[in-house]
Amino acid sequence: MERRNRRPFAAVIAVAAFGVAIGGAFAQTSAVDEIAKYRAALQDGNPAELWEARGEELWTKPHGPRQVAFTRCDLGLGPGVVKGAYAQLPRYFPDANRVMDLETRLVWCMVNQQGLSQADATKNTFGNGSQQRSDIEALAAYVTSQSRGTTMNVSLDDPHMRDMYALGEKMFFYRGGTHDFACSTCHGDDGKRIRLQDLPNLTKTEGAQKAYTTWPAYRVSQGELRTFQWRLNDCFRQQRFPELEFGSDASIALTAYLAARANGAAYDGPAIKR
Amino acid sequence: MMKRFVPRIAMMGAAGLIAAGLLQACATAPADDADVRSRAAAMMKSSFKARGQAQLSRLDQDETQRLCSEYANRPLPPSVAEKIQQANLATVRFPADGKLVGDWKAGERIAQSGQGFQYSDNPQTPAGANCYACHQLSGTELAYGTIGPSLRNFGKLRGFTDETRKYAWSKVYNAEAFTACSNMPRFGHQSILTEQQIRDVVALLVDPASPVNQ
Repeated sequence: MERRNRRPFAAVIAVAAFGVAIGGAFAQTSAVDEIAKYRAALQDGNPAELWEARGEELWTKPHGPRQVAFTRCDLGLGPGVVKGAYAQLPRYFPDANRVMDLETRLVWCMVNQQGLSQADATKNTFGNGSQQRSDIEALAAYVTSQSRGTTMNVSLDDPHMRDMYALGEKMFFYRGGTHDFACSTCHGDDGKRIRLQDLPNLTKTEGAQKAYTTWPAYRVSQGELRTFQWRLNDCFRQQRFPELEFGSDASIALTAYLAARANGAAYDGPAIKR
Repeated sequence: MMKRFVPRIAMMGAAGLIAAGLLQACATAPADDADVRSRAAAMMKSSFKARGQAQLSRLDQDETQRLCSEYANRPLPPSVAEKIQQANLATVRFPADGKLVGDWKAGERIAQSGQGFQYSDNPQTPAGANCYACHQLSGTELAYGTIGPSLRNFGKLRGFTDETRKYAWSKVYNAEAFTACSNMPRFGHQSILTEQQIRDVVALLVDPASPVNQ
């Protein structure tokens, strides 16, 4: 397995902090340059590798009351096949009669193959430091790493997928809440920033490709690896909406919309973000 | 198998019907679009759960939100824009005492704070307006966003007049009154800020001593 050289994290983060401090002192464009350098510096030693390694171990280990491993789990390319599987998700799974993204499919395998209850399978969907580690995040890190370099190819041939894409598109532009926010409020225009954070324009192919292909990601500010389900969940929190439920139809529809818009680009995760 | 026996004329007739059907489909596209929109709204209702102060009713759209979602990725007809602006202008309330300008220092703190109305926020803590998330204001704050226009020298450029103060109040109170489907929240209309907080934010924009006008 290919692994990039790992540097001591403390040194990397010190360099990063220095880069950000310098960025703040200079003009805006300079700050953006510095942040790009800081990201590049971190790319050399992405702690996401720790999640990938743990996920790889979890993948082959027997789980649940039935002691079944994920090697029986079909992510769309056959039982246990992970290579390139993420680049074709979400997809319609006839055995579940449902369009599923990666995280939802992992839960489905935990429930239907390994014999876990839905509640147990979804107990730790998002990690919370040392108090709560998430196996789903680790598994997602491993599976997605096995699509690194694979061209995104999410098929809309299936009518269920086409429908989810259409519903996801409507959700993207759906304004609501106290602040009238939609996804498109922040992600519908080129070259915008919130504070100093660049915002991808997800209505354009390049923007959707760059954003979607870099999740999951290790978030330096949180010390956690975050999945795309987490990304959507936390966007809606900031949108002042109620909480998006993990694996809900709405979460899958929006993922289907954004994933299909990223088609044609090489998948490049798990990445590292601020 | 059947196809072979279909007379040519019938084939042409069928082609004509398909063409007519396509035209019909185009003509009725908005109806299909409305169906997808209503199914998306229903799907959202079953996919979100109330948490803290963020109840499911936040997914219910008012007329402005509904129209702005409907026209989000196609041109907004001028008549619809006018309708949205008129309806929102009618919601603007000025304070009973007529005092529109508060303390710009308090306004600066409100402009810096993004707290409020998220399910993770404490509802007892006063909300911020998070102006810097989207706008440049004071010259010394470099960490400003660009979703909205720069507001540097807001008062200085428009003049320190009653008209400017009233406009600033109304715009903060309900931005949709001036720009239909603006990205800016309606801070007064949606009760995000209190009357005093709006005064303070207005002061940040229009007080000659505010750093925005330095």
